[in-house]
Parts: sequence; C-alpha cells; structure tokens
Amino acid sequence: MPIFIDRRLNPKDKSLGNRQRFLRRAREELKRSIRDQIRTGRITDADSEHAVRMPERGTSEPSFNNARDSGRRQHILPGNRHFSAGDLIPKPGGGGGGASSPGNKASEDDFRFVLSREEVLDLFFEDLELPDMVKLNLKEILAFKPRRAGFAATGSPTNINVGRTMRNSHGRRIALRRPKQVELDAILEEIASLESTPSSADARQRIAALREELDRLERRRRRIAYVDPVDIRFNRFDSRPVPNANAVMFCLMDVSGSMGEREKDLAKRFFVLLHLFLKRRYDRIEIVFIRHTHLAQEVDEETFFYNTQSGGTVVSTALEEMHRIITSRYPAHDWNIYAAQASDGDNFAGDSERCISLLNGELMRLCQYFAYVEIIDEREAHIFGSTENGTSLWRAYNSIDQKWPNFQMSRIATPADIYPVFRQLFGRQPAALKRA
Amino acid sequence: MARQASKSSLLFSGSDWDFKTLSRAYDAIEALAVEELHLDTYPVQMEIISSQQMLDAYSSIGMPLMYRHWSFGKHFLHQDLLYRKGGRGLAYELVINSNPCIVYLMEENTMALQALVTAHAALGHNHFFKNNQLFKQWTDAGAILSYLDFAKGYIVRCEERHGLAAVEAVLDSAHALMDQGVFRYHRPPRLSSERQREGIRERLEYEERSYNDLWRTLPASQQAANDKGQDPEWKKSLNLPEENLLYFLEKNSPVLEPWQREIIRIVRVIAQYFYPQRQTQVMNEGCATFVHYTLMNMLFDRGQISEGAMLEILRNHSNVVFQPAFDDPRFSGINPYALGLDMMQDIQRISTKPTAEDRDWFPDMAGQGNWREVLLDAWAEHRDESFIRQYLSPALIRKWRFFVLGDAADQPHCLVASIHDERGYAKIRAALANSYDLGANRPDIQVVDVDLLGDRHLRLQHKVNDGILLEDASRDATLRHIRRLWGYEVSLAAMDAETGATIHERSTSQIAG
Repeated sequence: MPIFIDRRLNPKDKSLGNRQRFLRRAREELKRSIRDQIRTGRITDADSEHAVRMPERGTSEPSFNNARDSGRRQHILPGNRHFSAGDLIPKPGGGGGGASSPGNKASEDDFRFVLSREEVLDLFFEDLELPDMVKLNLKEILAFKPRRAGFAATGSPTNINVGRTMRNSHGRRIALRRPKQVELDAILEEIASLESTPSSADARQRIAALREELDRLERRRRRIAYVDPVDIRFNRFDSRPVPNANAVMFCLMDVSGSMGEREKDLAKRFFVLLHLFLKRRYDRIEIVFIRHTHLAQEVDEETFFYNTQSGGTVVSTALEEMHRIITSRYPAHDWNIYAAQASDGDNFAGDSERCISLLNGELMRLCQYFAYVEIIDEREAHIFGSTENGTSLWRAYNSIDQKWPNFQMSRIATPADIYPVFRQLFGRQPAALKRA
Repeated sequence: MARQASKSSLLFSGSDWDFKTLSRAYDAIEALAVEELHLDTYPVQMEIISSQQMLDAYSSIGMPLMYRHWSFGKHFLHQDLLYRKGGRGLAYELVINSNPCIVYLMEENTMALQALVTAHAALGHNHFFKNNQLFKQWTDAGAILSYLDFAKGYIVRCEERHGLAAVEAVLDSAHALMDQGVFRYHRPPRLSSERQREGIRERLEYEERSYNDLWRTLPASQQAANDKGQDPEWKKSLNLPEENLLYFLEKNSPVLEPWQREIIRIVRVIAQYFYPQRQTQVMNEGCATFVHYTLMNMLFDRGQISEGAMLEILRNHSNVVFQPAFDDPRFSGINPYALGLDMMQDIQRISTKPTAEDRDWFPDMAGQGNWREVLLDAWAEHRDESFIRQYLSPALIRKWRFFVLGDAADQPHCLVASIHDERGYAKIRAALANSYDLGANRPDIQVVDVDLLGDRHLRLQHKVNDGILLEDASRDATLRHIRRLWGYEVSLAAMDAETGATIHERSTSQIAG
C-alpha cells in the first residue's frame, strides 16, 4: 500500500518566481519589442496578451558544445532500406551529417511565448506616472480596510470566534463543576434498574435519594449554562485607513465634420492609450467622456469611441460641459481632476477667446493637469514641427501654456507620434510642474 | 498462464479513478512484480498533480523542490508552448529517484493509464533506481530531497543577504559548467547530513574571517623562487589535472566568497545527481517499459484488466515505443523506450527460444530459460553503453535495420560504413554503444595548470577526439563564465588527443567584453 498525496490543491504557479526572474532579466529587450508591437499595431489591441520572440541577449545559457562542422563522427540510424556498406551519400547543403539529428540547440531558444496582459502593460507603462499624483492628499482618508486584531468581548454574531468561546465555556464549566450528562445518565440508569426489580424498602429509599440527587443536579445544570454570554469572544477587527487616490479623468474630443477619419482615428488612439494607462495605474479612477461638435455631450465609453456625429465645432461647449460636471459631481477638494483634449484645431471663429477665458477663469485652477493634443496633417508636420504658429485653437492654447505650468500641448501627425507624445505628456514630473 | 477470468476479479472498471482503486491496483501490480519479476523497490509515495504542476516540475528539472533561477522560467515557457501547441503531450508520470520513491500521477489520466503508469514508474523505474549500480554508488536517494530543501533555503538566504543579481551571476556561471561539474571516474562523497552541513557552514563562516595562505597576495619569498624546477607543495595539493571544473573552482578560486563556493557546490551536487540518469536512459526507460508491458499482459491474462482497458493501455504503449525510420520526418533520434524494450524482450527470447545464431553470440544465456535472472543482473550492473555492447543481438540489428554512417566534416559525402549484415553486426554494436558513452561524447576539458604565485593564469585543456572542436560562440561565452568564477585570466588549449599537438589556444584576454 503506497502513500498517496493529493497535490492538486497545492498552490499553483510554483514557477511564477522563475518566470518573473526571467522577465526581469529580459526586460529591456521585451520592452522594446512590446513598444514596437504597440507602435505599429492597433492600439486597441494593446490591452491584451502579446506573443514575443524569446530575446537573444541575456537569456542564452552557454556551455561547452561540440561544433557540428568539425571532425569525424559516426551516426547510427535505424530503418536502412537500400544502402549497402561502402555507399556514398552526398550531404545536403551546408556540412552536417545528412540524416543526423538536426541541430536543435540553436532552435531551442528560437520560439515565441505569450506575455499576459498585465506583463505587457507593466512593460509598456514603465516609468510613467500621472503628474502630480505625488500631491495626492494622503491625509484625506476615504476608505477603511478591516484587519484582524485580537479578540473582543463584544461584536456581531458573524464574528464569533468559536474556538475561543468554547475554550472559555469549557474552563468555566470545569471551574463551576457543572454536572455532566454522563453523571445524570448514570443516576437515571440506576433508578431504572432499581425500579425494574421487585421493590423493597431499601430500594425505595435508595430511589428517593437518587431522585433527589437527580433533581439537584438538574437544577444546577440549569443554573450553570453550557455556553454563557461571558464566554463569548468575537474576532476583533481594526479599521485601517487606506489612502485613497480619487481621480477623475476627462476625455474631450471633437467629433465634428471637420475631423476626418484619420484625425478621429488618431484621437481615438490617443485616448485608448490614455484610458489604458489610467485603468492600469489607478483602480479608483473615474473617467468622463465628453464629445463635442457645436454641442457637447457626456457619453459612455462605447459611444465616445465608436459613434459618429456631425455638426459644427464649438470647443467651448465641451469646456462648459466639463465645468458643469465638475461642479455637480466631482468637487475639486475631493477629486484630483485631469483632462485631456484631442482636436484638429478647428474652432468656430471667436470661440477660442471664450475657451481662453473659461480655462483661465476657473478650469485650470480646478485641474491638476490639462493635456491638449492637436492632430495635424502629415504634410504640415514639418511646417508646424516646433513653431508657435498654427490653428486658432493652438494659438489660443499657447497663451495658456505660457501661463499655467499644469497645461501641456502637443501635435500628432502619424500613429507613430502618439507614443512619444504620450510619454512626453505623462513622463515623470516634467520640470515645468516643479514651478507650480 | 491460464485464464482464471471472471468479471469480479477485475481490478477496476470504467475510466474514472479514485484513491481506493489506485491503491488496489498498486497492491495487485506490486504483488505480481515481486512474484513474477522478482523486483525489489523503495516504498512508494504517489502524488496526484495537475497538468500545470507537471509543467512546473518539468521546468525545474523534474525535482519537486528547486531553487529559483530565471533559466527555469525560460524552460517553463518553452515547455508550456510545446504543450499548448500540442507538439508534445505531457508525460503521464514523473518519477524521482528518492527514498521513498516519489511518483507523480497526472489527474487527467484514466484509471487504465494510472495502472500502466504505476507499473511503469512505481515499479519499473523504482526497481532500477534502487538496484542499478550507478544509482547505488553515485546518488543518495535518501538524502536528495533534504539536500534540495537545504539548497533552496540557502540560495534564498544568499539572495536576501547579497542581492538577487549577485546570486544570479554565480548561478549563471555555475550552470554553464554543469556538464564539466561531475566526477566521471571516481565516486563522489555521500551527501552530508543536515548536521554536517551546518558544521560546514560554520566552518566556512570562520574561514571567511580568517587567512588562507593559498590566496597570498604578497610577493613570493626568495625560497619559493628557488624551487622553480619542481612542483611545489601547494601545486600538488591541487591534484591536477582536474576534470571537475566546478569542483576545482569551488575549492581553489582566489576570488570567490564562501557563500559563492557553497552555491557552486549546490550546482555541482545536483549535476552529479543527474549524471547516472543521463547514462542510463535506454536501460531505465527500457526496464520500466518492459516491466509495465509484461505486468499489464499478465494482469490481462489473469482476467484482472478488462479488454477495453487493455486496448487503451496497448494504444498508449505503442505510442511510447514508436520508432520512425531515419528518413521519416518524425525521426528525432533513437527512441530509448523502444530500444530498451526491444533489447530486453530480445533477452527474454534468447533465453527461451534461441536460434543457432543466438547460441553463437550469447552462449551463456541462450536457451537457459533464466531470463529473469539475466535481466535483473543487467538492470543492476549495466549502463546504456555497456548494456548495448553486451546484449545487442544480430537479430535485433536486423529488425531495426541499423546502419552506421561515417561523417567527416571535410568530405562532401557521408559513407555508409556498416549495415545489418554478417560483417557489420559487431561494428554496429560497438558504434551504437559508443554513441551512448557520455564520457566519450561530451567535450573532455580539464584544468591542467595554474600559476597561483604569478599572474594566477588558469590553463584548461580540451582533448580533441576525432577532430571535433568546440563551437566558437558558446566556448567564448563559457570561458567568460569561468573567468568570472576564477577572477583572473583563463585560457583553453585544444590539444589533439592522438598526436598531442596543440591545435589552438583561446584566452579570455582575447575575448571582448
């Protein structure tokens, strides 16, 4: 009879530590290949698993090996059908024995493996951080997490600690000498046996004494409870404050007719990336999507990215809508407010001034951070590259950029531009913010 | 064996298993193994695991406990990929040479498979581990698990104390030398007990704080310079030449800290532990396959296994012993299960129904009918190389249609040197045996000289057999690892084994970065 051990319920992922070590070792190379994949591929696919090639650098395991292309050796092979001794068989191209086992040492490392979504995003987001999150109000305690902390004499029934309670009850019963069931049973049995035999005076006397004793014991048992309220112990929990990072991210996008397919696509990509980033970094973050034409509207994520609408372009409507939502739902003292706006720069004549006043007046004070990306034509990219010139909205925002350190703006022309811009916008603490 | 069949004597029915059935099957199989095959085994500990856990075990070289290292993570990815692609099924079992013998069974197996696996691993492999000389002399089944436990804990402590990167660097270098980290020709010392290890560690900690003349950094005294003609005492104590590079570095490296030496020792002990397994693949798998095949058929003949279950067992069995011919796209070398099983069944045949040819080749055992004793003896005394050299029969060479292909790098053609004919049998047998001789097939690299009083230049020598050189890139990378462990310049000279002429020399100072 062998010993059986059922290991199926043992913790899984025993080799997770090894995997993490491996990924750390290959980190730089993996990071590069993930970045390339996200840069060239569809950005909505970023939020998933990725297959990557086994990195070459840093993961080889060298050892002394015989070179295949030197020396004389013999191969012993099964299945000879038509060779006889002395036959010469031309080698197939490139050295190596004709039918010898193929060099699998080199190919063993040449395979693709899958990185989980978490690992992909970790690599992708490395050294990124939302600016000013350091400023997080750590004093502002919004959530508590219960943590075990010993035992208490009071509490709710669900928290009764049965082990402790029964230990106390047992001790108390012993100390107060509560009659046990066996003692009662013994007396009852004796009474029964006496009563079944023909009665004598002795027996009757004995029965009476026993009944009295039984009565006494039963009364004592009633007085001394099996489990008394004093025995009961409860698991005690301390509420531990969890610092809470409340943040709300406003995504503003122009979906008007002036935004072509390409512009929309780029803007979408920017937001998807942003969205991903936020979802990843902060679990308690809310995102508000505002799309606008000549009218602004708060929509859900799906509509924001995939529904179309046509109309004119009045950017200030979106800013007004944002302001309205902030005042009604996200008081600035409870929330860190971040905003990102994508547009092609077109705006209804005269509206840019209104935008400036809106931002200067109230919004920039409420926002921790406001990012503006302008989607421009590829041909314009080299013209506008670094100049201050540009669309009316760009010029208008330029003045805000000068005035507010927590305002950032950038231009995007091709999908490949998005990622660098993204990093620039959300790179570790831009120096400008230090001035704040 | 006459059929004493009756439905009620079935060990199990249906494909589901539970622990009671497993236990009943094990008891029946074990009784049969002892009675019919005279097997002698360690007590068995069967562990039921999931496929995920099997993959885990795969990547940590099949051991239930292993220290952490990135290369195991990489191997896991590779195994996982093969498994997911369906390119490779998982083994139904994994067996560990320990006492008690640990057998992993996959939970997905059907009961018929569990019975097959029990016979294969819990009895076949187990008997081989317990009785084969190589395992008896070279490994310590009783101590390996506690040693691995110690190793894992020690490496964790080192990581805490010296940092992941430092530990990883030593492990990387030691892993590169694992093939050169075994004693091939003399038996390694027994693994020490927990208490002894504790003592060793204390001693190491003491040495850490004290001075050793071997690592003197002061200029040599006048007297030492006068002694130049003959090997001084310190050099004799190095016991050069030394084939076990890890052992040499562990004991003599001038730059390693005691904890680094201990890590090298751990890698070395593990390499040594696996050395017998690599020399007995054909025998070990052959023995287990022969045992399961014989026992399952006996159980079937006795009516203890149903026809349906037997069919399933036979189907799995024939998958395991499948051997494609050399020109088949599925060919990937000789299947040790197939060769081992065939040779052992051949021994059975020669003992019971020999031909005239067999009487010629194997006068000792042909027709003696004592195949059990012959097999038990072969399992106990041989490794692959000697087993093939002694027992590969002409009949089997014909059955397999073996041929020897001579392959010289400087020729445009391969030469068919021998085929399965009268003139070829002995040559094929010798060539096949040689191909299983690990000692002859792995590069022969030894420490030959070291200048401890001068620039501490470590000289290695590679004996080149049949003109087979080392692969340049991996050689340079490995030399860099040796340099890291030695701390000073290391050079490797390739010397032709026949002529004694030096072919070339490579030194770490020639290798960039």
